[in-house]
Amino acid sequence: MSNITNSLYDIGLLDDLARKKTFIHRIHPVMKLLTTIVYIVVLTSFEKHEVSAVLPFVFYPVFIISFAEIPVVPVLKRVLLVQPLIIGIGILNPLFDTYIVMLGNIAISRGWLTFLSILIKSSLVVMVSILLVATTGMDRVAVALRMLKIPKVFVLQLLLMYRYIWLLIEEGFRMAQAYSLRAPGQKGIKMNDLGSFLGQMLLRAFDRAQRVYQAMNLRGFTGEYNAGDVLKVRFRDVLYFVAWSLFFVIARIYNIAALIGALFTGVGR
Amino acid sequence: MSYHKLEVRNLYFSYPDGHEAVKNVSFTIYHGESVGLIGANGAGKSTLLMLLVGLLLPDQGEVLVGDVRLTKKTLSAIRQRVGFVFQNPDDQLFMPTVYDDVAFGPRNYGLDEDEVKLRVERALEMVGIPHLRDRVPFRLSGGEKRVVAIASVLSMQPDILIMDEPTSALDPKSRRMVINLLKGFDHTKIIASHDLDMVLETCRRVIVLNEGEIAADGMAEEILRDKKLLESCGLEMPLSLQRCPVCGTSKKPL
Repeated sequence: MSNITNSLYDIGLLDDLARKKTFIHRIHPVMKLLTTIVYIVVLTSFEKHEVSAVLPFVFYPVFIISFAEIPVVPVLKRVLLVQPLIIGIGILNPLFDTYIVMLGNIAISRGWLTFLSILIKSSLVVMVSILLVATTGMDRVAVALRMLKIPKVFVLQLLLMYRYIWLLIEEGFRMAQAYSLRAPGQKGIKMNDLGSFLGQMLLRAFDRAQRVYQAMNLRGFTGEYNAGDVLKVRFRDVLYFVAWSLFFVIARIYNIAALIGALFTGVGR
Repeated sequence: MSYHKLEVRNLYFSYPDGHEAVKNVSFTIYHGESVGLIGANGAGKSTLLMLLVGLLLPDQGEVLVGDVRLTKKTLSAIRQRVGFVFQNPDDQLFMPTVYDDVAFGPRNYGLDEDEVKLRVERALEMVGIPHLRDRVPFRLSGGEKRVVAIASVLSMQPDILIMDEPTSALDPKSRRMVINLLKGFDHTKIIASHDLDMVLETCRRVIVLNEGEIAADGMAEEILRDKKLLESCGLEMPLSLQRCPVCGTSKKPL
């Protein structure tokens, strides 16, 4: 059951990464959050079959990964996790939208372009969200949300879910372990047992959550989450936000990929 | 005002399923006293502890901390003075780092960050783990977790410490470390445990619970030697007080 331990360690990975001290980590959480929001809004505002104009947006996550010393593979793995969902949403496009467009001298159905566009855009959105947490830490993201006047209830919901999820997973793994020891030569959990297994897990998770909540209450928790000192917004934090937002907007208006292509090939408009 | 005194008067509590967990319990614990709360499984120890900090509210009777009666209104002030260490440190530790976990209480009470830092450092120092401050709590060993849990309560500078099974599931070395820590604290302490040897070492007074009622309340040395009483309450004498199984001699003079 080595993968249990691995998974538990994996859960802490984003927290570990968030404790690094690169200049990206030091940028004010509110500014990083706002930059991410602008990124997502601008990126999702593209036409549905736009592919080449979206490409410059890869630059932002690449920039963060390299300057914040984030390992690529674990981040990509997490992005891959949501791919089935994205493919599920996008896969019908090639079937319904069979209008043919020419890409240079390759004929391609517009449905495939739309699909590709959805795939790229959503992967990037997921990736920058993960990177935001990995360079800021969920606590500080929560603090930033509070500073932006997001209601306490929502922020707490997010934060506690993030904190409790590993309790649930741990509980589930322990039960699965106990089950597998008493069910030799059997793969997985029998359908018949699954109902009571999941029910049991839910009840245990409730109990556990109850105790954690009590422990929090006893230490004076009143629903307001305090993550300690949050520094003031400095000029360079604002600069970071403004510069990136400018870049996103310019990349939205001008197709940078096509411009660079034109520059090198000399094929003008 | 001193919050060191803890008084319980005619406490009753039943769970919603009708099980009477605590029946007519009264006692007073004075400043600096160290009291062991012992009893078989299901004797009502944990319920009683939860009543003392208002995690449960009694059906009848009252709890007084200092001279303040525990009610919903006074809960916040009282919890600041009474530190509660959970049996399972995993229930208590949930922040990303040891530092944040120990700082959780002081931050909730609105202390400024310099004071929080001071308190966290002092608490970590007190339990001897300044080197763990940036570690992730759930990756620590059982003994380390326990000590962090204790530090996370000490940082609130409580007058009274309540501990539920502080030595359960610890290896002998960690157990010894926790016992030595407990002996070093001059807080008013209430320690619920089945580890009667630990109770004998850390507590001068013992309260025995049996089926929700107080079966005995007195000096640890006397009660823990009372074989008949202990056995009637589902307990047995601490190993250190039992006769040697090989030669039959008593280890400590009676």
